[in-house]
Amino acid sequence: MRGFRYLENVVTLKLDQPTCIGCGRCLEVCPHQVFSLAGKKAFLRDRDACMECGACALNCPVTAITVAAGVGCASGLINEWLQEHNLRLPGGGSCCS
Amino acid sequence: MPHISSELGLGDRLGACKARWGIGRMGFMVPPGLYALGLPLPSDPVLVTANYKMSYDLVRRSLSGRSCWLLVLETYGINVWCAAGKGTFGTGELVRRVAASGLDKVVSHRRLILPILGAAGVAAHQVARRCGFSVSYATIRAGDLPAYLDNGLLTTDAMRELTFSLYERLVLIPVELVLALKSIAIIGGAALLVVALLGTPAAGLTAFFAYLGAVLSGIVLGPLLLPWLPGRSFAIKGTVAGLLWCGLFYAVAGGPGWNGAVTTAFFLALPAVSAFYTLNFTGCSTYTSRSGVKKEMRIALPVMAGALIVSLILLLAGRFR
Repeated sequence: MRGFRYLENVVTLKLDQPTCIGCGRCLEVCPHQVFSLAGKKAFLRDRDACMECGACALNCPVTAITVAAGVGCASGLINEWLQEHNLRLPGGGSCCS
Repeated sequence: MPHISSELGLGDRLGACKARWGIGRMGFMVPPGLYALGLPLPSDPVLVTANYKMSYDLVRRSLSGRSCWLLVLETYGINVWCAAGKGTFGTGELVRRVAASGLDKVVSHRRLILPILGAAGVAAHQVARRCGFSVSYATIRAGDLPAYLDNGLLTTDAMRELTFSLYERLVLIPVELVLALKSIAIIGGAALLVVALLGTPAAGLTAFFAYLGAVLSGIVLGPLLLPWLPGRSFAIKGTVAGLLWCGLFYAVAGGPGWNGAVTTAFFLALPAVSAFYTLNFTGCSTYTSRSGVKKEMRIALPVMAGALIVSLILLLAGRFR
């Protein structure tokens, strides 16, 4: 995305090229132009631009793409951690629930 | 089937404004189902959206002067992107809504036009298999729909490009402020009371305004100045926003007269507060990844907690020195 760049080398996005059939769906659904097509195979043109929304993995008809998608805000993650430990903040976690 | 127009009335605009401020936001929705916009024919396109009224209004307003079908999914009043992330704007709901509305008898084609940001919840190949309708991911913004429709249902690179302009960031801030009001009241009130009781009422007020400014720096200044604040980490951007506030407040509120302990505590604790709130804005941003936020939090949260604890110790030690 023009003018914005997040941390390098953190995303969980993986593309298994041998499985790819080159349908181009990932190029259509990615809001950050992470993928590109070369011949009949997709490749990761800009992996660090990935925001892990999961659209590519969900729309890949041959499941050649994997990514750990999910809530990405600090309070959402804190609430997740608290819930994992069966804790709850009073009144917390109302952002986009 | 309801017939609707693309005109937005005063009530629609007022409702959107209130939702931006968190008033009635969770109830700002329209009934899901199939709507006829204008006077659509069976051959006219079917556009899919969420039942958050702001999303629905944006879509129908952008289609002014056109006739088409609008299939509204039950996302419980949540916008397309967030609902797709949760799966409510999803394959199952889309397939169910197509069947429930009898869409195959209403239109003569078998094509659904979806927002690109809905793709995080919808598997196009499964929709095709389960209900026979093919999915076309059209544009990111509703405003590009007319160009997409006139372009022979082809998406240009510009329609696929996400942005995060100053205005797009600005409209997200009010609801973040409203959501933070409770913690501002509790923590700010506690700071005011404790400092007023241990020191003077004037010092209590100073502490309250210093804290309030740090929160606002994190919620308002950080997001607004986002591309210009240094670093990629939101915590660092927030720290810098907090330091800007600290510098200003120090100059205005007579900082040079404070003792060393107070000054150090002030410059340690307040940027940590701003950093937390700007870090939380990753939830609103259009380009941060969950893994990146996790990494930031693993480093930033202990640092923030450490800064707050050291500040408290300094303040207590400074008082009893």
